[in-house]
Amino acid sequence: MNRDLKAGVRDALPLLLGVVPFALVTGIAAAEAGLTSGQAVGMSLLVFAGASQLAALELLGETAPIVVVVGTAVVINLRMLMYSASIAPYFADYRQRTRAFLAYFLTDQAYAMAIAEYGDEDDRDERSYYLGVAASIWAVWIVGTFVGVVVGAGVPESWGLSFAVPLVFLAILVPAMKSRPRTVAAAVGGIVAVVAAGLPFNLGLLVGALSGIAAGVLSEEVPR
Amino acid sequence: MTEHGPIAIWSAIVAIGIATFAIRLSFIYLFGQINDVPPRIKLALRFVPPAVLAALVAPALVTVGPTIQATLLDERLLAGLVAGAVAWRTENVFATIGVGMVALWTFRFLVF
Repeated sequence: MNRDLKAGVRDALPLLLGVVPFALVTGIAAAEAGLTSGQAVGMSLLVFAGASQLAALELLGETAPIVVVVGTAVVINLRMLMYSASIAPYFADYRQRTRAFLAYFLTDQAYAMAIAEYGDEDDRDERSYYLGVAASIWAVWIVGTFVGVVVGAGVPESWGLSFAVPLVFLAILVPAMKSRPRTVAAAVGGIVAVVAAGLPFNLGLLVGALSGIAAGVLSEEVPR
Repeated sequence: MTEHGPIAIWSAIVAIGIATFAIRLSFIYLFGQINDVPPRIKLALRFVPPAVLAALVAPALVTVGPTIQATLLDERLLAGLVAGAVAWRTENVFATIGVGMVALWTFRFLVF
């Protein structure tokens, strides 16, 4: 294995501790929503983006219209536009096929690790290091989803295993609420989603998310 | 449990997959033709994670009940508050899930 690939895998190891529970919970959520293990793993392969998968699973479980399921998941993944724009200069010299391959693996964690490393280490091979991080995350994600869906299908309902889903989000959300605009975005998003929970077509999540984003932007722009 | 059939479920999975890949590929593919994301869009995108995560979490913890007491004394809300405190202190996903689940079972099987 080349040096840069190995460095990427090594640097990904601590991240994987966070990916494991997330993947397990996604599998459990798929089982609770009534998906087969093939559908659950297929979703992890084709989508490979946790938060959007969980939102889609929640909406699928409630038999929301497919348009709403897809629309919500896509809005959640729009943040990756930023990662794509930010990491693009480092991949610009590769062939288009290579760039498409690299783009498939783009996640929050792989983006953050790679960008930090590119800034620090001048002689790193961008592609190898990124693939070391991103493909490690990918492998754990696929296996974890599979284990989760098998486990989730076998555990009694009264254990409330699906409660692990909001807990994963809390674990990511709470430490992120360290600036005022982000806290405003979260508070408004959460409150609107609760109030709008009864909306037809399960639009509450989408309405809540969009309100939160708007509130965050406003709170950033309003002089304090 | 979903009432969608396998075709509807696979359509959703494939559509989300294609759209997500297109988002990931966008600037990586187009680099050189578009220089950067417009600042206003960039600002809005920065708030997608907290807004979306909160919109996912809040309805899972809070169900507006007939009275304030019924709304607040809910096992999921109480367990969520305990887990939120753990998340704040430890910033650890495993600890948050572990303590949150134990809190849920404690409230569900022992207290209420």
